[in-house]
Order: sequence, then C-alpha cells, then structure tokens
Amino acid sequence: MKTKILKLNSIYTYLLFSLMLTLFTGCSTDEKQTVVTFTNLVMADEFDTDGAPDASIWGYNIGTGQDGWGNNELQYYTDRTENVTVQNGVLIITAKKEDFEGSSYTSARLLTKGKFEQTYGRFEARIRLPWGQGLWPAFWLLGDDSNGTEIWPQIGEIDIMEYVGDEPTRIFGTVHGPGYSGGESISKSYNLDNDRFDTGFHVFGIEWGPDYINYYVDDVLYNQITPEDVPGEWVFNNGPFYIILNLAVGGNLPGSPNNETVFPQTMLVDYVRVYKNNNN
Amino acid sequence: MKMKNIKFTFRKALFLLSALFTIMVGCERELSDEAVLATFPSTAEIFTDTPVGLGSNFYFPFVGSKPTAWSVDESEGYNSKASMRFDVPNVNDPEGSYAGAIFRVDGAGRDLTGYNALTFWAKGTRSGRINEIGFGQDFFENKYLVSTSLQLTTNWQKYVIPIPDASKLVEERGVFWYAEGPENGEGYSFWIDELKFENLGTMAQPQPAISNGEDRSETAFTGVDIALTGLTQTFNLGTGNNVTVNAAPSYFKFFSSNEDIATVNDNGVVSIIGEGTAKITATLGGVVAKGSLELTSRGAFNLAPTPTRDPSKVISIYSDSYTNVPVDFFNGYWEPFQTTQSSEFSIGGNSMINYTNFNFVGNQFANPTVDATQKSNLHINMYIPNSVPANIDFLITVVDFGADQADGGGDDTREQIFFNKALFVADSWITLEFPITMNNRNNIGLIIYENINGSSLSNFYLDNIYFYEN
Repeated sequence: MKTKILKLNSIYTYLLFSLMLTLFTGCSTDEKQTVVTFTNLVMADEFDTDGAPDASIWGYNIGTGQDGWGNNELQYYTDRTENVTVQNGVLIITAKKEDFEGSSYTSARLLTKGKFEQTYGRFEARIRLPWGQGLWPAFWLLGDDSNGTEIWPQIGEIDIMEYVGDEPTRIFGTVHGPGYSGGESISKSYNLDNDRFDTGFHVFGIEWGPDYINYYVDDVLYNQITPEDVPGEWVFNNGPFYIILNLAVGGNLPGSPNNETVFPQTMLVDYVRVYKNNNN
Repeated sequence: MKMKNIKFTFRKALFLLSALFTIMVGCERELSDEAVLATFPSTAEIFTDTPVGLGSNFYFPFVGSKPTAWSVDESEGYNSKASMRFDVPNVNDPEGSYAGAIFRVDGAGRDLTGYNALTFWAKGTRSGRINEIGFGQDFFENKYLVSTSLQLTTNWQKYVIPIPDASKLVEERGVFWYAEGPENGEGYSFWIDELKFENLGTMAQPQPAISNGEDRSETAFTGVDIALTGLTQTFNLGTGNNVTVNAAPSYFKFFSSNEDIATVNDNGVVSIIGEGTAKITATLGGVVAKGSLELTSRGAFNLAPTPTRDPSKVISIYSDSYTNVPVDFFNGYWEPFQTTQSSEFSIGGNSMINYTNFNFVGNQFANPTVDATQKSNLHINMYIPNSVPANIDFLITVVDFGADQADGGGDDTREQIFFNKALFVADSWITLEFPITMNNRNNIGLIIYENINGSSLSNFYLDNIYFYEN
C-alpha cells in the first residue's frame, strides 16, 4: 500500500496529525521508518510588516530565466512593489498584464536560497490562490545545487503545492528527481469538495523525513511518497532544500491566458512556517 | 401584562412589521420574541421525480407557444424514473410555433437567499440550443428575471445558471422558465431533471457588466429615456468555465456621474434631464460592473411638426397623431449586408425612430398591405443630428407587393424616389413629401431607405410616416 488518504474531521489537526503519523507508520510496509514529530518552529514569516518582504529570509529571481524558467513561462519576474509586497499581514504576489522588458506579463518569484535551507521538516504556508486560465502559482522546495556542481533533476524538487487557474478546485503535490522529472514526475492531486482555492486561504504543507514525504491540505493528509514510489534515486535524504514562492503566467503546464483571464491576479500568503524534528 | 404573540406567515411581512413597530413603540413595550420577520419557504427543489412545492396551477405557457409542450415523462430520468419532457414543435405546428412557459409557485414565493444557482440535469434528442432558460419570470414585474441560452447534448449533463445576487430573492415565485423554438425548422424533445436551487461553493468570482462590458457613448437629448442594455452577471464555475447570464436591472445599483444631466432609476432606465455629459455606471452585489454608458446630451430636442391633415385622408405607418396600421417591422435586419441599428424612443409621449450605423433599412407593413390608390402621396419627417454629410445621396424605394400581398412572388413593383441634396439640413426636422405614381399601388407593403453612391449618412430620426390624399 503506497499512498493513504486520511481525512481528519477534528479541528485539533496537528495534534492528531502526530498521532495519525504514528498509526500511519504502524501500518506501513517499512517497519524501520522513523516516526517523527515536527514541533520545533525554526523559521516563520508571518508577513506582519508592511513593505518589501524580509530580506533576511527572501531573495528574488529576476527576469525570464532560460526559456521562461525552463517551462516557456510568459512572465518577467521583478522585485518591484507592483509585483511583490507585504500589506495588511499578507505577502501579495501580483501577476500583471503589461509590456515589460519584452514580456507581456510581470510577476514575482521569491526564494530562500542561501538564506534559509534545511533538510527534512514540516514546511507549510497558508495561501489564497489566484484564478483564471494561464495562472500557475506554486509553493515548492528545490535542492541546493552545491554551487552549481549539481543540476536539476539530480538536486531534487519537492512541489508542496501547484495549481492551474482554470482548475480552481484542484491542487497537486509532486516530487521530481533523476528518472522521474517533468512529465514523469511523481504527483498526486487533491480536490476540494464544494469549495475552491481562490476564495479563501488554505494551508498547504509537507512533513518530510528520511525516506518519506507526506502531503497535506488543511486537515487532510492526501499523499505519502516514499522511495518505493519513485522509479529512480531517492534524492530527498541529501543536502538542504530552499523554499520558492512564485506566480507564473503561461507556460507548458497551464497554457497561455485567454481573453477571459482577468488581470491583475494575486497570490496571497498569510504565513510560511518551517518546523524541525526535536531530535534533530 | 404579557405581550400577545403574533405570528406572521408568508404575508407582506415588512410592511406589517413596520406597522407593528409603530404600535409597539407607541405603547413602549418590548417586541415579542415571536414577532420576528416573516420568512418564506426556502425549498430548493422544483422537480425531482414530480414537481415539488409548486402548488397545482404553476405552468403558464407563453402566448403563441405550444401549450402542451411540457409533460412529466415517467420513462426517462437522470438516475431516476421520471423527468420533465419538453416537446419543441415543428416549425408550422398549428398549436404553436415554439415551446415556452414559466413555472410560477402557486402560492407564496420562495426565499432563495441561501442559494447561488439554479441547477439541473438535461439532455435532448438532438444537441439543440435552448434559446432562453432561467428563472425570475413571474408575469408580474419579472423583477429578478435571469436568462441564458445553453447547448444540450444527447447525454445527461449538468447545467448551472447562477443567481446574480441571491440576497435579492427573498420571495421569488418565478422559479423556472424556458423558451425554445425548432432547430432548422425541426421540432425535438429535451428532458430536464433534478431541477433545484443549490449553494455551490465551487462557484465564485462574480464579474457583472453593463453595456456588455464595453464603455459606450451615445448622443442624447433632454427628455429622452434610454434603457440600459447588455446587463449581465458572470461567475466562474468549479470546472474553470465562466457562465454568463442576462440579469434584470433590479439586481444592479446604478450611478450617474452628473445627476443634473442624467438620472437612472431602479429599472435601468436613464432619463436625460439637462445638457452636458454624464457617465452611467453600476454595481451588482457590491462588485463594480464592467462597462459604462456615457451620454452627451445636446439639450432640448425639437419634436417633429405635428401633422394637421384630416385623419380620414391618411393611412399612417408611424405617427403619434394618427392610428397606425399594423407594421411587421421597422428594421428587417436584412442579412448579410445591412448594418443599420434602430431604436425607438419617446419625448413627452411623442415617439420617433432612430437609425444608427445606417446603410439601408426597411419598414414592412404587409399584413395587410396598404391600398394607396387614393391616398397616393407619402409623407416622412426626418431629422439628421450634428451635420449632413457632404456626400449625402438618399434613396427611398416604395414597394407594391402585388396580388400575393407578399414580398417576392414575381408580382412586385417598385418606385424609387431620389432627393435633391439641398433638401437636407442638420439639427432640424425636414419634411419629405412625394406622390407615388406607379401603376400598382393598392398593395404597398414596404418602404426602403438607403444610402447610394457612397453616401455616408449614418444617423437620423424618422417620424410621421404616412400615406395621404391631397
């Protein structure tokens, strides 16, 4: 049994979560899997200070990268206030339709590379997503490239949350590694029942330990990925990973915006929190 | 003394309640716990396997539609044994040329404020497009009318018709309505099942619009009333698709940028009351509507001169001074070359026709045709606003339909009347009068107005179109 979906109806989710994990591991095929609880908060940005995001935590990717960040994305990333700012307790990433440096859209991509990196832990963010064809927000982790000596997908990628704006009730969580990247990545989606991701905030997170990554949305654990699930090397027990928050426009995955896509669109982040195992 | 308990059931609650308040405040007593605002039933279902909560007399067909189009089919259903079947007639069905009706609750209306959409499952014997389908039509005020059109498939499929702003629907009797004609002349049947109101958490992102979301501008005159058009509400569904419905003005709040020039009432009718420019905008449910209408009022508008001819010597096509004969249309929207748009408006009870984006247009009155044997002259008043184009070349063609009294058929004759350019002046009513001299003029059925030789006349008004005897 590879993945399990457990729905928690209770409100004291996280307490139960730990319990659940115990149960989870209890019935796992891998009896040696370590049970962990991530209660030690090691990094949190609550976005409580208006203005530019905290520079001690966040840096930026600027521009269009190579081939639109490898995905033929259409936006030009900037660190301008128009595209990224903190207001009223939330980080606001805004995708705009405007001609800028040869691109038709602008947006922002924040990353903690070189500022906050960690192996294992509970990574979660509370986010309200944008909507409309061609919008592609993500909350994800990328393995450190050891100063360029390692390249993707060997470095590993953990997509905690991805979403395309023309499917407002669905998000998906994915891992990419050697032999299972891009279209071959290991992914699972989660659908809200009678609700959607652009009308309110939802918590997206993973609990990541040796040989497993658990995915959850709000109080629902919807996937577990272990080395058994990937058809290649498990690269998630190595080296630290950093956090990326971005709102892409267009590209191979979502397709281009159409004439019904409303701009500007915003991705609102209430907080990003990272916990460690007390034993680490 | 203990207060008497008063219970309201499905009555004019607000009115009574305010009366009650007055009484209560008058004797300085506290309001009874049970004197709460009356509410109406919030029944969601309209049809499951049978009609639900509609009472006995709820189906009201449109005039001219086939009255027997609707039935309960106990051999078809979506995951059930029964559904509603609608039989759209063939094009020449003597019982009615289309299917259409309202479903109106026989009794108190429903409180639909807890829902955000009308939903149902439907399929057709063919993938017809239902011309109009929605709710809010009650044959009274039709205050909260909503309509859309939708394409059927031959398999059961679920459809969602959003409520533009459910907070308005505290007592709605018009829970469903539809109108559909034959497809390419052929009748067919469609089925609707599980017809009900729902509160869909997956529906969001309202995008109301007026003027179809465009920023339009028009010229107007003091005293003119203009109905806002293109009033819609759009929601994004859980599927990612947008659904747009036509929404009645009562769902909107309208604003004028200058109340000394134009005012808007709750029915979305703009009244021009002064000279200058005013912009009309709107909100729906607190969301600013896309689109606007900017009106530039040129002040007072001269009415066409009042005709003075003896009514016994006149056959009138269009005039407030005479009884008009039946007219088939004032704009045939002849495809594919006609660009002319038309509107009719009224100043102080005097109506006139406005043609815009003009190239050619016709007035047809073939049922019956006009016998102009004696009354063999035609009178038309015309007003060209702003300026007369230098290249104006205006042709009027009068068509006699012949013995068959119908357009075509090989027996039509026509007479063309050309006008001297010098006749036309701007911003003033001119009178065009001319005799009809063709041999056959006892079955006149059509007057055509057209630009010829590259004439660029685009915008004018007509009034007092009549035949007369000298």
